[in-house]
Amino acid sequence: MAEYRLKTPVSEEDVRKLKVGDIVYLDGIIITGRDQVHRRALELAAKGEKDKVPVDLEGMALYHCGPIVKKIDDEWKIFGFGPTTSARMESVEADFIREFKVRLIIGKGGMFEKTTQGMKEYGAAYLAYPGGTSAVATSAVKRVVDVHWLDLGTPEAMWVVEVENFGPTMVAIDSHGNNLYTDVLSKAKKVAEEIKAKF
Amino acid sequence: MPDLRESIKSGIVTMMREAAFNVPRDVKEALQRAYEIEDNPVAKANLEAILRNIEVSGKTKLPMCQDTGTPTFFIELGEDFPLKSELRPLIEEAVRIATGEIPLRPNAVDPWTYKNSGDNTGRYVPIIHLELVPGSEMKVIYLAKGGGSENTSKLYMLSPVLGLKGIKRAVIDAMVDAGPKPCPPIVVGVGVGGSADMALKLAKKATFRRLDEPNPDPKLAEIEQEMLEKINSLGLGPMGLGGKTYALGVKIEWAHKHPASLPVGINTQCWAFRRSEAVFDSNGNMKLLVPP
Repeated sequence: MAEYRLKTPVSEEDVRKLKVGDIVYLDGIIITGRDQVHRRALELAAKGEKDKVPVDLEGMALYHCGPIVKKIDDEWKIFGFGPTTSARMESVEADFIREFKVRLIIGKGGMFEKTTQGMKEYGAAYLAYPGGTSAVATSAVKRVVDVHWLDLGTPEAMWVVEVENFGPTMVAIDSHGNNLYTDVLSKAKKVAEEIKAKF
Repeated sequence: MPDLRESIKSGIVTMMREAAFNVPRDVKEALQRAYEIEDNPVAKANLEAILRNIEVSGKTKLPMCQDTGTPTFFIELGEDFPLKSELRPLIEEAVRIATGEIPLRPNAVDPWTYKNSGDNTGRYVPIIHLELVPGSEMKVIYLAKGGGSENTSKLYMLSPVLGLKGIKRAVIDAMVDAGPKPCPPIVVGVGVGGSADMALKLAKKATFRRLDEPNPDPKLAEIEQEMLEKINSLGLGPMGLGGKTYALGVKIEWAHKHPASLPVGINTQCWAFRRSEAVFDSNGNMKLLVPP
């Protein structure tokens, strides 16, 4: 188990070094994207209009997060910056990684086979942010740099946020086909069958 | 003399604010113990972040979790308490105020249009469970229930032939199915008997019993302890990433049931157990019991 401090954007080489169980802290820009950002960006890509996506996502960290925000004196402030459940993005995340070359996906609760394969193929990793630890995440926010697609509502919009020492995040899916969630769960299933047989 | 209605309203806002920035002491202590016994580095890092988050939230008054939950109230209303049918509109107003002031994330969405009401109120929301009791006081338990942990609730309508074995198997199945989703370490509420709706309501109510308070029935206390050990032996650990502590406690509530039914409701509560408890006297004076 290693500990890393990475600054975004990150290179494929950096990402390939990460192994499940490693701990990562992030500096630089991270971009939020949940259900609706995925849908809209992939629709644009399908139409050949990728240039209409307002941020260059190559090498970036995409964060599954719907923040709590409030506009104070014409400036956006973040009050909640914890992760949302990543499983909802499972069906589209591998396509998103392929199309936009994001290198890090941050979220909670894990992702599954399709994403694990996509991460192996295109060179990306999944960082688990401890679910519910929004206050710690919020205190790592330096500022809101920009926001796009606000018409989707504040939780669903694309927030461009500068962070410092954002973490701890744990590498739960690496770019070598390892997935800590599915490893833990398949062991648990085996133990569960043994326990149930003894009741 | 302050106005009774205003006192209740501001009391409810206070309860909601306390819950947004704190977890009850027993939950914090259980998380601390989980951290101490853990030797898996990923699990330890998760628990450390959780404990730090509780501290930061309390100090900075930043909400503990960005999902500030569905406002849920369990109320024991004294029959001589001066307000009755006026309570719902009063609580709704308190929820609106709390949502703007704290601030809370607006979480009340129309299930047909997906339109967000913007203030955490709507049809049947806040969720209020009301029970009439003797006396002139009102006891309120407020729960800010997150979506992630509510989504892993389960209802099993078992065949009564299966009995206790069936109940225990259902609990294990529910945990494996929940996996990382409810933001573990969790508190597991198990409601046995009653009816489909009653079993689920009892399951949620069961989670309110303090973690260091065993079931008053020694037989059930034993089952709670056995299930806690079995659940943790699955190795799911904090956040489902492996480790010793997946559940902080298992709590059972029960009701008599139909001979042909064995309803088992399971409610899962994330580690960010945002709950407050208070008693209001008939003048509207509030005494906050949880968090201390």
